[in-house]
Amino acid sequence: MCGIISVIDRSRAMMDGSRIREALAMMNERGSGEGAGYVAYGAFPDFKDYYAIHVFYDNIHETKDDVDAILKKWGHIEHEEEIPTFDVPGIKRIHTPWRYFFKPDTSLMLRSPTPDEDIITYIVMKVNESIKGALIYSSGKNIALFKASGWPEDVADFYRIQDYNGYIWLGHNRYPTNTPGWWGGAHPFNLLDWSVVHNGEITSYGTNRRYIESYGYQCSMFTDTEVVAYLFDLLVRRHGLKDDIAVKALAPPFWEAIDSMPSREREFATAIRLTYGPALMNGPFAIVVAREDSIVGFTDRIKLRPLVTGEYGDRIYISSEEAAIRVMEPCVENIRMPKAGEPVIGRVYS
Amino acid sequence: MNSVRIDAKGLHYTPLNQLIRQAVLNGAEEIIIDNVMGQRFIGDGLKGNTRIIINGVPGGDLGMFMSGPTCIVHGNADHAPGNTMDSGKLVIHGSTGDAVAHSMRGGSVFVRDNIGYRGGIHMKQYLGKKPVLVVGGTARAFLGEYMAGGLIVLLTRNGVKPFDEQGIASGIHGGEIFIRGDFDEKLLGVGARKLPCNSEDMDRVIPFIREFAQWFNLDEGPLMEGQFYRITPASSRPFANKYTWE
Repeated sequence: MCGIISVIDRSRAMMDGSRIREALAMMNERGSGEGAGYVAYGAFPDFKDYYAIHVFYDNIHETKDDVDAILKKWGHIEHEEEIPTFDVPGIKRIHTPWRYFFKPDTSLMLRSPTPDEDIITYIVMKVNESIKGALIYSSGKNIALFKASGWPEDVADFYRIQDYNGYIWLGHNRYPTNTPGWWGGAHPFNLLDWSVVHNGEITSYGTNRRYIESYGYQCSMFTDTEVVAYLFDLLVRRHGLKDDIAVKALAPPFWEAIDSMPSREREFATAIRLTYGPALMNGPFAIVVAREDSIVGFTDRIKLRPLVTGEYGDRIYISSEEAAIRVMEPCVENIRMPKAGEPVIGRVYS
Repeated sequence: MNSVRIDAKGLHYTPLNQLIRQAVLNGAEEIIIDNVMGQRFIGDGLKGNTRIIINGVPGGDLGMFMSGPTCIVHGNADHAPGNTMDSGKLVIHGSTGDAVAHSMRGGSVFVRDNIGYRGGIHMKQYLGKKPVLVVGGTARAFLGEYMAGGLIVLLTRNGVKPFDEQGIASGIHGGEIFIRGDFDEKLLGVGARKLPCNSEDMDRVIPFIREFAQWFNLDEGPLMEGQFYRITPASSRPFANKYTWE
């Protein structure tokens, strides 16, 4: 059991982090105080064209030089700083959170149609795999990610998320079940543009992980959710699928349902299932995935986890509980529970 | 009437339930709770005949193990209202999340609009205890999953399709489900069968439809129009050979 809350303002109007803190804290029963986190899109207007590389350092004097060396080898660090944190009784400061604003040198990645993203992905995998005591936990442009072991309100106060603004916010309250709670295991999970929050477990993790690792992604966070970020990156960024089609690949209709579809639809659904069989996610889950222009929420195919959506003006909310949405927006309208596997998409106006 | 008002704004469910219990101990016949916002476990294990009015959106497991009181919710309810409820009533002026009336053993739950997945999962009955779930709209998949007893009624108001989801009554081995309007037989779950209702069958549900209409101030006539179908276990012991050999 975990708690999810997310919002997008489709006109890109900014919201500070104070309300999502309240909404997530309302669902404290869904967590265990071992992990909570938030992500804000649009948080670094002064560095919006730089990748915001977030790192947890264990012993910074021992590991930082190695990370710096890799970054400098692949591009230019425009600015770097320790992420400001504030002492909170509920949080034990195990890691030092650090952020770099980084621009890759695209001439170094030959023959790639997306050299920026490929360099960033390479650096993330390389650091997380090879430098003990350093973990890159976020790497998107103009995206700020805040997570630690603790209760939602403590994590929010530790980073003072009310001082940050975003037009998309995701929040997650963790109740670790299959792996221990630690800072890197808290949600959201991020790679490049993608951030993921997830309630439930992905019992097909082994299959999904083998599949994703065959495309060069390395799973290093000791928990199932990170495969979702990598699967979205592979299916949507690299393979060019639309996000609703990607959801159909990850949580496809059952074969019986496909058999009763009209022929064109049936052929398409069959092709997706056959092509992306190893990407199919099993087990109970409710997931929200964000990228620069949208949020997408969906559940497993037999709806073993809750998901509620609501709207107000330009804002779309997706959450585990209606009350959490009402904490953020008391006048929310069109409260709805999407069907199992049905993607709910909130996209900015173009 | 001895009525007590509680403001639940910013209140955690533990002190809220303590206030409710104290009010019941003090002889309150009616408790009105305002500004309810996601508090779980309201009225859990509560005994007596108190009427509790909930203004807002309560959290999960409303009225769990409750024995006697009536909770009236002006808003939607979250997951599993009426979980293992023993007796009493829940009246919800809105919709509910998944697993409403989960393992319910007695009393009744009335939901004005729709319910989520797995409504009435593992409802049971014994001797005089027979739980009832009446839904004004319709339900999502796996309605009455593993149902062992009791009664579920879908009235399919407001032009909703009677049932358009998979696995209805999957694993049912007791109790019955009534649905106003027909639906595709292939939606039936394992061990379930569908039969048109005759007037004798209808006699069993009409009192509950009347009560539903009264709670929500509706005309009962349209709620009884059209053909009802009922879903029951396919045999007296549909899963006799599943776990044992005879």
